[in-house]
Amino acid sequence: MNHSKNQTKEAIAAYGFLLPNLTGFLVFTSIPVLASLVLSFTKWDALSSAPQFVGLDNFIVLFKDPFFWKYCWNTVYLMISIPIGMAGSLILALAMNQKLKGIVFFRTIYFLPTICSGVAIYMLWKLIYNPDFGLLNSMIAKFGEIIGLTIRGPYWLHDEAWSKPALIIMGVWQTVGGYNMILYLAALQGVPRDLYDAAEVDGANAWQKFWAVTWPQISPTTFFIAIMSIIGGFQAGFDPAYIMTGGGPNGSTTTIIYYLFNNAFKWHHMGYAAAIAWVLFVIVFIFTLAQWRIFGKQVHYY
Amino acid sequence: MQSVAETVMKQQEEQTLKPVKPKGTRLSLEQVRRRQRRQAFFNSSGAYLLLLVGAVTMIGPFLWMVSTSLKEPGAVFSYSKDWWREWIPTTFVWQNYVKAWKVVPFGLFYLNSIFVTVCITFGQVATSAMAAYAFARLKFPGRDKIFFGYLATMMVPAAVTMIPVFILLEKFGWIDTYKAMILPAVFTAYGTFMLRQFFLTLPKDLEDAAKIDGCSYLGIFWRIILPLSKPALATLTTFTFMGSWMSFMWPLIVMNTHEKFTLPIGLAYFQSLHGTDWTLLMAGSVMMILPILIVFIFCQRFFVEGIKLSGIKG
Repeated sequence: MNHSKNQTKEAIAAYGFLLPNLTGFLVFTSIPVLASLVLSFTKWDALSSAPQFVGLDNFIVLFKDPFFWKYCWNTVYLMISIPIGMAGSLILALAMNQKLKGIVFFRTIYFLPTICSGVAIYMLWKLIYNPDFGLLNSMIAKFGEIIGLTIRGPYWLHDEAWSKPALIIMGVWQTVGGYNMILYLAALQGVPRDLYDAAEVDGANAWQKFWAVTWPQISPTTFFIAIMSIIGGFQAGFDPAYIMTGGGPNGSTTTIIYYLFNNAFKWHHMGYAAAIAWVLFVIVFIFTLAQWRIFGKQVHYY
Repeated sequence: MQSVAETVMKQQEEQTLKPVKPKGTRLSLEQVRRRQRRQAFFNSSGAYLLLLVGAVTMIGPFLWMVSTSLKEPGAVFSYSKDWWREWIPTTFVWQNYVKAWKVVPFGLFYLNSIFVTVCITFGQVATSAMAAYAFARLKFPGRDKIFFGYLATMMVPAAVTMIPVFILLEKFGWIDTYKAMILPAVFTAYGTFMLRQFFLTLPKDLEDAAKIDGCSYLGIFWRIILPLSKPALATLTTFTFMGSWMSFMWPLIVMNTHEKFTLPIGLAYFQSLHGTDWTLLMAGSVMMILPILIVFIFCQRFFVEGIKLSGIKG
């Protein structure tokens, strides 16, 4: 009797603690997820009175939409910055792991681009990439002067062929010294010293030690960073596209999320935008499953 | 003859003294340590060089941003023979900052950003901690099902909920209000999940003792759980703060009135008005990142520990 009374009391208390978060969660996450699925089967311009049910039309149109495929390709292309950035992060972490003096100083500087990411940084890089008076092209021109040639830097964000490499370079600059480097550094510090001692007793050189000891030992971190970056990568590219390029030139920097934004909030194709969102969701879901497979039951939060 | 014999002898001697180790030959631990010390010197000089080059690349664009923000408007477009003119303005035009502050309501942007960020951060940490306590410590019907619901939505991209939430806010008549920026950002599965995981690692003895003393659940939460969870709460606070300070897309979608803009969308608005006034734009950018820079320099240690915490558990 007393026992069950206690249980009831505990349950009431629990719901009391849960209520604020759960209410908000239902209103702003759970219900909207379902609503967006329903919306993806409709045609709606957000202005007319009611959404119109169209079945799978949005998805059929989407899979035939050459722009969608182009923007998917752009999104994947821009992810070239992930392996480059990861390699850079690992090299920096290896250097920092040498137990040097002044590491905190270096770490602070390397973290600046991550901390300050956002609109201000994209504006700065827009100016850096300016073909006529940006920092990069004036440095290229100066370099040309030194070696006695006239070199004209590329048109960067104004040239279809250079816009994606420009964003990739910026992406590497932004991420190389940030979270990933810290994660790698932590992983390197967790490699047992005995393994290195054993390798050296066997006469291994630095290169062999890296591939035989370090690399396998930090591989969980590598997988973790890679998958989290890919999941993030599919949803990336809005801010730089909006601030720096407007998605151009000729759609070369439009990513899935920027296309979704334009469909929803510029052209008011709400149903179509919801369909794009669900395709994006499926892609992300596949990679999340892959992550669970690889890591088994360990759960990651980042 | 003798000299040849001597050379041969010497060679033999050298060979016995300094045997060339073929790969795979075992060394003593003493030899290994000596080798490690020798290598450490070369490694550290190489590492310093690498880190230095990297640091210059990282900080260069920022210095150029500051220098551009202090140039005369015409100086941005002009080409100088001296490379350092790119980095040090001929005259320091502090007036750029005053102008940037005046042409758009920068002061309001600051206040809006601070208000919105503080509300989101406080709301998220408070409600997440409460829900996390319920999930981690209390028994109630439907607990596992509800928690699974939280977990399941963790991987849903923000893009999926964006459109319905926008429509919902429109129905409420909340578009272009602070509520529209704040509320949808407060309730996340991520915060609840992270804190729950942390609460699960806390020892139960203290709570049991408190229960015997007749402490209420609220008392246990407030006096035992929260004080023990300072590192996790600090991590969530820092990440939420940084995230909402930089948040761009959502405020852009729901806000229309300039006076209610936060810094990121305010700066974008500034760009749309004065797209070629690069000195002013850079002054605005410097003003936007300055507060976050100061916060970071003071909380750096904290921040790094937070990342490690999230990564190692993962």
